[in-house]
Amino acid sequence: MTDRITLQVERYRPEQETEPTWQSYEVPLREDWSVLDGLNYVKDHLDGTLSYRWSCRMGICGSCGMTVDGDPTLTCAELLTDHSPGPVQVGPLRNFPVIRDLVVDIDDFMHKLVRVKPWIVREDDDQPVSEGEYLQTPAQMDEYQQYSMCINCMICYAACPVYGLDEQFVGPAAIALAQRYNLDSRDQGARDRLDVLIHPDGVWGCTFVGECTRACPKDVDPAGAIQRYKLTAATESLRSFLLPRGAR
Amino acid sequence: MTQDTYEPRPYRRRISLFWWTERRTYLVFILRELSSVFIAWSAVFLLLLVRAVSQGSDEYAAFLDWAASPWVLVLNVIAVAFVLLHAVTWFDLTARATVVRRGGRRVPTWMIAAGGYVSWALVSVVVAWILVGA
Amino acid sequence: MTASHDIVVVGGGGAGLRAAIAVAETNPQLDVAVVSKVYPMRSHTVSAEGGAAGVIAPDDSLDEHAYDTVSGGDWLCDQDAVEAFVVEAQRELLQLEHWGCPWSRQPDGRIAVRAFGGMKKMRTWFAADKTGFHMLHTLFQTSLKYGSVTRYDEWFVTRLLVGDGRVQGVVALDLRSGRIEAVTAKAVILCTGGCGRVFPFTTNANIKNGDGMALALRAGAPLKDMEFVQYHPTGLPFTGILMTEAARAEGGWLVNKDGYRYLQDYDLGTPEPKPVLRSMELGPRDRVSQAFVHEVEKGRTVDTPYGPVVHLDLRHLGADLIDAKLPFVRELCLKYENIDPVHEMIPVRPVVHYAMGGVHTDTNGATSLDGLYAAGEVACVSINGANRLGSNSLPELLVFGARAGRAAAEYASAAPEPDRVVPTQADDERRRLEHELFERPDGGEALADLRQEMHATMEQAAGIYRNADDLGKAASTLAEIRERLGSAVVEDHSRTFNTERTAVLELSFMLDVAESIVACALRREESRGAHQRTDFPARDDERFLAHSLVHREADETSRVEYLPVTITRWPPGERVYGR
Repeated sequence: MTDRITLQVERYRPEQETEPTWQSYEVPLREDWSVLDGLNYVKDHLDGTLSYRWSCRMGICGSCGMTVDGDPTLTCAELLTDHSPGPVQVGPLRNFPVIRDLVVDIDDFMHKLVRVKPWIVREDDDQPVSEGEYLQTPAQMDEYQQYSMCINCMICYAACPVYGLDEQFVGPAAIALAQRYNLDSRDQGARDRLDVLIHPDGVWGCTFVGECTRACPKDVDPAGAIQRYKLTAATESLRSFLLPRGAR
Repeated sequence: MTQDTYEPRPYRRRISLFWWTERRTYLVFILRELSSVFIAWSAVFLLLLVRAVSQGSDEYAAFLDWAASPWVLVLNVIAVAFVLLHAVTWFDLTARATVVRRGGRRVPTWMIAAGGYVSWALVSVVVAWILVGA
Repeated sequence: MTASHDIVVVGGGGAGLRAAIAVAETNPQLDVAVVSKVYPMRSHTVSAEGGAAGVIAPDDSLDEHAYDTVSGGDWLCDQDAVEAFVVEAQRELLQLEHWGCPWSRQPDGRIAVRAFGGMKKMRTWFAADKTGFHMLHTLFQTSLKYGSVTRYDEWFVTRLLVGDGRVQGVVALDLRSGRIEAVTAKAVILCTGGCGRVFPFTTNANIKNGDGMALALRAGAPLKDMEFVQYHPTGLPFTGILMTEAARAEGGWLVNKDGYRYLQDYDLGTPEPKPVLRSMELGPRDRVSQAFVHEVEKGRTVDTPYGPVVHLDLRHLGADLIDAKLPFVRELCLKYENIDPVHEMIPVRPVVHYAMGGVHTDTNGATSLDGLYAAGEVACVSINGANRLGSNSLPELLVFGARAGRAAAEYASAAPEPDRVVPTQADDERRRLEHELFERPDGGEALADLRQEMHATMEQAAGIYRNADDLGKAASTLAEIRERLGSAVVEDHSRTFNTERTAVLELSFMLDVAESIVACALRREESRGAHQRTDFPARDDERFLAHSLVHREADETSRVEYLPVTITRWPPGERVYGR
């Protein structure tokens, strides 16, 4: 087995070019190196001008999402040896505007996140902190826990063809986070989130391609969250149609 | 440009018309969606069959001749393939979207899908008995 | 372009977000800016695993939590601060629960607690083994509710604006455009975290470069107790990734190459099949890490290509418990070591984890510079003293983040508007940074080489065991590296998202912090907690029951003086574990 591997990196430097170009780098192939370790080697020893985001290197901060050999993935969790003999193609996450090299603009998601009101909404009986915790059994926590594991890495948006074709789509992670709060027994804000979610760009924009769930590194299953909400939304519409006043 | 006025220009990649050929899963998705056309065709074919039956044995024989012509045959073979794809993906998707809890744990997806297939089989047996047996 | 706000919070992690929320709740009329070099959900709070301590069990008491903390800190903790901390820890954790934090529960729905190192009672709240992740995301998502909080994501603060003896804002590099902007404010709260990346092996993320500590030092605010750097006993050997203390709290054992639970040889108790609080593997982190060094000296550790290791044995816990209580640990081992802890032992070694020291503040987060506050790992109040107990730092973020927020809000309501020195200083800083980036001499050294030299120096001289000789040499080496940084090569001359530019700034901050650590370590001629001197192996309460305070002089040298520790209820005693 050779001890070197080539990284083919998609560069984009707005001050010198109008379109991305490819640049190849040869890095050591160590058996415990991730693609991120390869990129760090490039930056430290071969080309200091390569820009990319990274932080925790343990798959929890969500910074290092990129496209590796066509698949959106966390580069800190992707072993170089899994892509040998190479060359390994490394590009920025798809479906987002590219700011520079492997850095994309995720502000669209940040705006959508606020719109789904991802916080505990209490309508009435707000129990003061001095009276202790809201009781929540392990079974109740199970209802939403999976959806709370989202690290906001944006890999699901990169995988989703609907988002790729239509930037208005609210998207997998935002809807999964809305569900995380809707299904939390302490929350009373499902009504507040209704408008954003039952909009054509909300859950109804989703055609259940299922790529988001396949690509998600944290098993959040956003596709499942969205389909469940479609059922909730449909039931809700039916109820308010049949019992216009009684439904509230 | 001075540092005070510089605004970076982000690059927006254009999605190709053939985006769905880039991944196997995207292709299967498009075929799955396309299968609805063939579901519609199967429904139309069934209605035509029923109408032919109701119009008497001559019309029925003429219909069967027509149904045996090459292009209708090919179309129906393709339709059966797509109907099967539709059914299999339907059970798979429904199972993944259904969350049922029993005894504190989520019922696994394969069980829900299995339930779907079993129901399908039972209904098919009943329909076949009505049509053929009785 | 200059933006102005009432309060600027530098750093968007647990402490920064809690401070911003505190300002918004105390006085919604004040507008607060959160300026962070990364998006808030990337802050290092996200990787904390084990838990957050707060008294909640009926058989537990605030006094006991306070005593465990004070003795864990080898009596260097300010006891008034600790007493306030333990009261508010419980309240803050409950507040976070109300904001939606998914704390793990008992079957009846009440908060569950677990054991943790150095704690006599079970009082550590946890959210599976991703406590920091859940806390950070809860705080971030909750902060989105407040209209008075504005965020400046991926803005890198390069200096504090100081005029008239008070802090009046910050100068920051907007990464996306490369523009250097001033953000003025009546008060600034530093919440930039610790400085683990000053060392080569650390659990810390790439972004932990001691930014706020250097900013404060350069602005004239002293740092406190910098020599106290915590080594977490169980990090993975190549990556340094954290294996949470919770693994030992749930019953994991540390064994040497002979399969022997070696901690019993170091006055940490006798081995029992089930974990015993404050004993053996649940001893304080400094003592457990020091035991490792002795095992290496005795030749009882296992050699690997990445240095000597011992083993963390979780096999006897069983797959069910591991999947329920330690799923992330299993995931990390499989991913990064190709090991399944259910069937194999995990190789571990001590790695740098936490800085007990930091910007000197009082119990309200106020520094000695008017208008400047600090909270979280960047600050030193001090509640952690010479050694922090596990699960005290997450509540620290909340308690002191909130306190600093409230104090800054009160100060800002009465403070005058920023004055005319601001634009001049901002221009100076802009010119300095432009010069740094675009006017470097050719043919200098590589940044990575300088960084590596700093790492080698710190690992050798300022590790778990230190001595005067090594520290003295390290001090001059670091000063020399700082010189050479001025002519190091920067290949990237672009403006858009130039991360080489930020790497230079970060290395510059780290060198300042490294020099402070070495200066304080050299002056403290005793061994206490995480600071161990082979030439002064005993604790010396007569001369050194005091905090070291380091100032940066105009000639860029460090001046160290001492500040007495506040003792209220617990006079210095012997640290006893396992007996």
